[in-house]
Amino acid sequence: MNMIITDITEELIHAYVDSQLSPDERIQFEHIMKNDPELIEKVEAYKQQNALLHELFDSVLEEPIPSSLSTLPVNYKNSSILFKMVASFMLLFAGGLVGGITGWYANEQTPENPVFTASSIARAATIAHMVYVPEVKHPVEVAADQEKHLVKWLSKRLGNNINAPDLNPLGFGLVGGRLLPSENGAAAQLMYENNTGERLTLYIRNANTNEKTTAFRYYEETNANAFYWIDGNLGYVIVGDINKNQLLDTANTVYHQLSL
Amino acid sequence: MKNHEWEHNLKQQIPNLRRYARALTKNATCADDLVQDCLERGWNKRNSWAPGSNLRAWLFTIMHNLYVNGIRRQQMHQNFLDESTTSQIAHDNDKSYLVRDLEVCLSRLKPEYREVIILAGLENLSYKEIALITDTPIGTVMSRLSRGREELRQLMSGTGKAKLVSVK
Repeated sequence: MNMIITDITEELIHAYVDSQLSPDERIQFEHIMKNDPELIEKVEAYKQQNALLHELFDSVLEEPIPSSLSTLPVNYKNSSILFKMVASFMLLFAGGLVGGITGWYANEQTPENPVFTASSIARAATIAHMVYVPEVKHPVEVAADQEKHLVKWLSKRLGNNINAPDLNPLGFGLVGGRLLPSENGAAAQLMYENNTGERLTLYIRNANTNEKTTAFRYYEETNANAFYWIDGNLGYVIVGDINKNQLLDTANTVYHQLSL
Repeated sequence: MKNHEWEHNLKQQIPNLRRYARALTKNATCADDLVQDCLERGWNKRNSWAPGSNLRAWLFTIMHNLYVNGIRRQQMHQNFLDESTTSQIAHDNDKSYLVRDLEVCLSRLKPEYREVIILAGLENLSYKEIALITDTPIGTVMSRLSRGREELRQLMSGTGKAKLVSVK
């Protein structure tokens, strides 16, 4: 939709520089700009930045792709069963990690679809889940053996009391947790794992909304399910690849324990 | 999408992923490590990509997350401030003076400013796509773009020199 430009805003300047205005808006912009030497100077400088960026980095597009990239990871995963067996065998020797890796990757979740409709907290939690759940070496910043320290630290950074719910009755032990940035300041992620390597994450951050308490809401992506809710100052999201009912049980357990 | 189609489509994105990674990290080795991690994660998560949506933006989101983690671990960030990298740039005579100037000044910006400048100016993504990739509200994207471009302009025109020293 075209608009009538009466005022040159910062946003318009960038949209003009990045060719994101409609042809009509562009004409209007140029009409106003031609009487404003300072604006012209600014626009020219920004356009030059873009041109120089292309000059600096476009050559990468023409470079031959290194074999390390063109062969990994796609080729070996698509290759023959024999090749897969050889690859697994090599991996086994590389660190005896095969069980762990395949266990976690089998539970890959948390899609990242550029078209989001669900609430931002569920999305942020899902992205955080996706980033850390596949981590082999550093899934958490502070491990469960320092639970006391972890809980104290996260509580301090979020400015609210955080507890790590005990999900052992459901077969999920605490792996540990980490601090994350979010649009509402600090957020906490607690990770749990069962004995087959399935992982759940509980994401907590300040709710920053007028709603003080909400019912459980469901958020779903291709391979990941999440329930999220607000209780007092905090928003909670439990994310996992387990079925909806199982996840709802988990959400209930978490809610029940945290509201005690 | 079948596996061989995925393979094909992912491979097609490699040049763009490499350019974005190179611009983010400025170090060819770090950049290709980032691309490799991104491809691996993209491949493993291929079932979660929504058919019909922008594959490149989806992969950039993954790369953004990997990059942010890298910064947090201070690995790639160190490379930005590394003296040898800077002097290497200065001796690269294939590039014009202005290009080298941009390269040096860009590396002085805050990573979050640099990233939006690259996504908008080099990768030509819409502000909405940038907001999704960086998981920040669109208003924040715009203010980072404004501040980043203005700071870059001042650094390049020499008026930002004093600040440049204090950053170092």
